[in-house]
Amino acid sequence: MMTITEKILAKHAGKSKVEPGDNVWVDVDILMTHDVCGPPTIGIFKKQFGQNAKVWDKEKVVIIPDHYIFTKDKYANRNIDILREFAKEQDLPHYYDVGTERYKGVCHMALPEEGFTRPGEILFGTDSHTCTAGAFGEFATGIGNTDAAFILGTGKIWLRVPETMQFIFEDEIHPYVMAKDLILKIIGDIGVDGATYRAMNFAGDGVKALDMEGRMTLTNMVIEAGGKNGIIEPDEVTFKYLETRTDHAYEPVLNDFDAKYHSVRVYKSKDIEPMLAKPHSPDNKSTVFEMRNTQLTRAYIGSCTGGKISDFIAAARIIKDKPVKVDTFVVPATTEIAQGLDSVKIDGKSLKEIFLNAGAQIGEASCAACLGGPADTFGRLNNDEEICISTTNRNFPGRMGSKQAQVYLASPYTVAASAINGKITDPRDFF
Amino acid sequence: MSGMIKGKVFVLGENIDTDQMIPAEHLVYSLEDPEEKKFYGKFALSGVPATESGLPQGQIPFTAEGKFESDYKIIVASNNFGCGSSREHAPAALQIAGVQAVIATSYARIFYRNSVDGGFLIPYESKVDLSKEVSTNDKLEINEETSEVKNLTTGKTYQLNPLGSVSEIVKAGGIFKYARENGMMQ
Ligand code: SF4
Repeated sequence: MMTITEKILAKHAGKSKVEPGDNVWVDVDILMTHDVCGPPTIGIFKKQFGQNAKVWDKEKVVIIPDHYIFTKDKYANRNIDILREFAKEQDLPHYYDVGTERYKGVCHMALPEEGFTRPGEILFGTDSHTCTAGAFGEFATGIGNTDAAFILGTGKIWLRVPETMQFIFEDEIHPYVMAKDLILKIIGDIGVDGATYRAMNFAGDGVKALDMEGRMTLTNMVIEAGGKNGIIEPDEVTFKYLETRTDHAYEPVLNDFDAKYHSVRVYKSKDIEPMLAKPHSPDNKSTVFEMRNTQLTRAYIGSCTGGKISDFIAAARIIKDKPVKVDTFVVPATTEIAQGLDSVKIDGKSLKEIFLNAGAQIGEASCAACLGGPADTFGRLNNDEEICISTTNRNFPGRMGSKQAQVYLASPYTVAASAINGKITDPRDFF
Repeated sequence: MSGMIKGKVFVLGENIDTDQMIPAEHLVYSLEDPEEKKFYGKFALSGVPATESGLPQGQIPFTAEGKFESDYKIIVASNNFGCGSSREHAPAALQIAGVQAVIATSYARIFYRNSVDGGFLIPYESKVDLSKEVSTNDKLEINEETSEVKNLTTGKTYQLNPLGSVSEIVKAGGIFKYARENGMMQ
């Protein structure tokens, strides 16, 4: 009678059953923090548990600096110093320091690459897009610094069991449609608070047919609908991904056939076309076709939701042998993905060659301009007149820099097609 | 929890995000230093567009010019209060300004958790959208035991959703105090 989310929370609360609305204390499997929220979390931890306190379980703490990395900003660099100091003092094995071989880049992609996203588990992070890891059939969500500090000291936290909204995509999607289009469609339909407090479960053949990266694009953006967590039943695709990433044991959990849902929405995948979120909200929905020919000044391919290797393969397929007409920024989420830009080839040309030949610029693995950041951040929209099309997940005013600049969110296919024409372009023109 | 929260109300609309509560440029002040901390009270809700500030008429500053504390103890808002970035400076700023409770039809969940677990303020949920029912400067009285709110200016009363099991943490004044009282930590 339970959904995956309910089952995972029940198990971690030591109960045989929970219902939506119950408040439960759960044991935490992984706590992740980064350079923005890590330092204040550490501050609260020390204040509450004492200067000499130890974290509850150093195998379960993962610290991934990723936000403000390649900058001269002194406060940003001070944050990294605090993380480094803490990792050393606590002897933390899972710290991915800047300027070392271990440096990874964006936390939400680094977590799966390093094997920390496992079916049936509970993962918290001090970042709202921690929900990404739900693609692996686990409970994952973002929390504030006080909660994170509490977990650091105790390994526990309270949660209200969410109701689950079911989203089913029947049949496989069109070849020119990507997971990003599906989630933009949903957010546009239910609004930026359409899933507040709730779990969003994605199911159906359209979802099953996605690889792990496509699935992560779906769960990454549940927070843009206010969702608490996104979740997808683990299957062969999940297990296969994890095979090379971890040898840690895990227990997959599935939805009961008679599980109760808050609501069920069924989409015919074949009805879904390339989608956009117009400025300045992720639910400001439109099809790409409706906005075609809108002039652009910039294109951006990157972030935890749109800077994965599959995103660059998709973009490169379209961009190959064509020059881009607007400034185009390519930012791999992680260092592993950055290496992929070199090693993955299409018709004998590496992705990197394809992008550079087209005139795009490639940045270093990090969040970069996804959240604006200091003025010297790669790809940041410093100019009020910029009109950017981006594979990122948020387009609130000022999110990528200037409050006046306009940002359209779209799939890597759409961003690539638009970069070539210098205006919003339906990727179907290239298929 | 003292039993009754009584004071003037400040009314806001929907989707009040954490940037409106405390614009990013003011995040530089230390929350530890009492002299610097005051500035969060001064700039609380300063990012709300003037026409939306203090409904229904608008154009009312939340914290008066030259002051570090607001005259308003209670905020009433519509849905999705506290959306946007998960920064804890947002509920902290409201608390520093003197806010004790917020009544909204729904909250962004990270803001809700931060408010309760940090012991900053009490986030009450209401089924009825009180932002359409009360006016800025009305005097409200919230009974913490019954979750009932009375508008002393108009004489009307409304039932808020009970806090449920979160009330234990609210009563204790935050998650750390709660955990100490319950033997979960030293
Ligand atoms: S890439 Fe963007 S959305 Fe993802 S963690 Fe970094 S700033 Fe957040």
